[in-house]
Amino acid sequence: MQRRKLPDVVVTGIGAVTPLGVGARTLYERWTAGTSAFRDGEAPCDDFEATDHLSTKEARRADRFTQFGIVASDEALREAGWAEELPYDPFRIGCVLGTGIGGIGTLEGNHDTLRDSGARNVSPLAIPLMMSNAGSAALSLRHGLKGPVYSVVSACAAGGHAIGTAMRAIQCGDAQAVITGGSEAALTPLSRASFASMSALSPTGVSRPFDNRRDGFVMGEGAAVLVLEDGDSARARGANILATLRGYGATGDANHITAPEADGSGGARAMMLAMADAGLTPADIDYVNAHGTSTQLNDRSETAALKTALGEYAHKIPVSSTKSAIGHLLGASGAVEAVATILALRDRVAPPTLGYDEPEDGMDLDYVPNKAQPLQTASDKRAVALSNSFGFGGHNVTLCLETA
Amino acid sequence: MSATTDSAIETTVTEALKTFGAKEDQITRDATWDSIDIDSLDLAELAQIVEDEHGVKIEGDDMKNIKTVGDAIDFIAEKKAA
Repeated sequence: MQRRKLPDVVVTGIGAVTPLGVGARTLYERWTAGTSAFRDGEAPCDDFEATDHLSTKEARRADRFTQFGIVASDEALREAGWAEELPYDPFRIGCVLGTGIGGIGTLEGNHDTLRDSGARNVSPLAIPLMMSNAGSAALSLRHGLKGPVYSVVSACAAGGHAIGTAMRAIQCGDAQAVITGGSEAALTPLSRASFASMSALSPTGVSRPFDNRRDGFVMGEGAAVLVLEDGDSARARGANILATLRGYGATGDANHITAPEADGSGGARAMMLAMADAGLTPADIDYVNAHGTSTQLNDRSETAALKTALGEYAHKIPVSSTKSAIGHLLGASGAVEAVATILALRDRVAPPTLGYDEPEDGMDLDYVPNKAQPLQTASDKRAVALSNSFGFGGHNVTLCLETA
Repeated sequence: MSATTDSAIETTVTEALKTFGAKEDQITRDATWDSIDIDSLDLAELAQIVEDEHGVKIEGDDMKNIKTVGDAIDFIAEKKAA
């Protein structure tokens, strides 16, 4: 089917709060240098103190997942040059954020209160803090965004879905710009126990995507936010453009509530759709930021998906996983990884898959083991990457990003 | 109503408002909720704290007539004394 030409959508600001520290560049630079952020089998944002960035009122009116999102958004809007004033009619600026779970820390805390102290002591802030849409609502309030504002929930694909959905809102004319991304703060007792009981978490607490010894994911927390703008509008205001969001592909496996399809066909199709949306082919792809969770099933099926989608190019394109450095940020991962990918493309670097030493039979792609590699991109070509996000429920998302 | 009770109530209210993010130097008897950025969710939380510490129930309707910090302290003191 021939699609009508849609407006281009550009990225003019990025921000992140991750286990490697506050700041998008902190994430990218530390990961590329080979630094990882694991402590006791998790990747917490130890450096993050909400009141360093937010007033007392703002901090207590936000679950930790929302706090991460607000701080990442402040960085992104500053970079976009929006800190003083919005460049467009507020009704033409939207916000679409993704989360896997939402305010589970608030939920658990208030459930403890209910059990221990009774219903009358449950906080009036419980609902506004725990609701999964709290992140987009908070960003709307903080920055005065009055266009389409909502959150998307698709487990570990939510960050990718949010960015793709935001792109579509701009292309369809619903908004001139959309603040988008994902946030998660699920290092809580119930969440840990639940992921552990389904054997999704690494019992050894080591995240080594694609390595033969991988035994589950390691949970992290954090957020990333991107400022997306209609390309013509951004150029007209003289914005500094970081990247173009070239394509978006999304599919559902219809296979199993948690397990990906073994042949990776759903993920492959998402990648092919994203390339088609971008008007590109596998020959144009310089780097893949994999979902790469460090679970047995994902990394094997994603490798199969990459081979299907990229064909003969699969073995030539470097593929690495941000989760080797910061663990799995669930609904934030797609956004955090998109931000890291934008900076990697800018520097024409494939950041490494840390902890990768032992190949598994049949998993024979270039996983960029342990050390960043320069991208083999022709000097007159803009570097292009795919970024994958897959979620429980069989959700598959691929974004296609091109450096400015 | 004893002076001690008044002072204890005032402390409860002031401390709660500070926790909610109101600036200490702006919390005066005459301060309106708007002026110190206190909204309905804060007041619902204040009602819980007051009930917990003083055994006084503040219902939704009661709040309609409580516009300032002083109104709240007086209302709680009266209800506690009753």
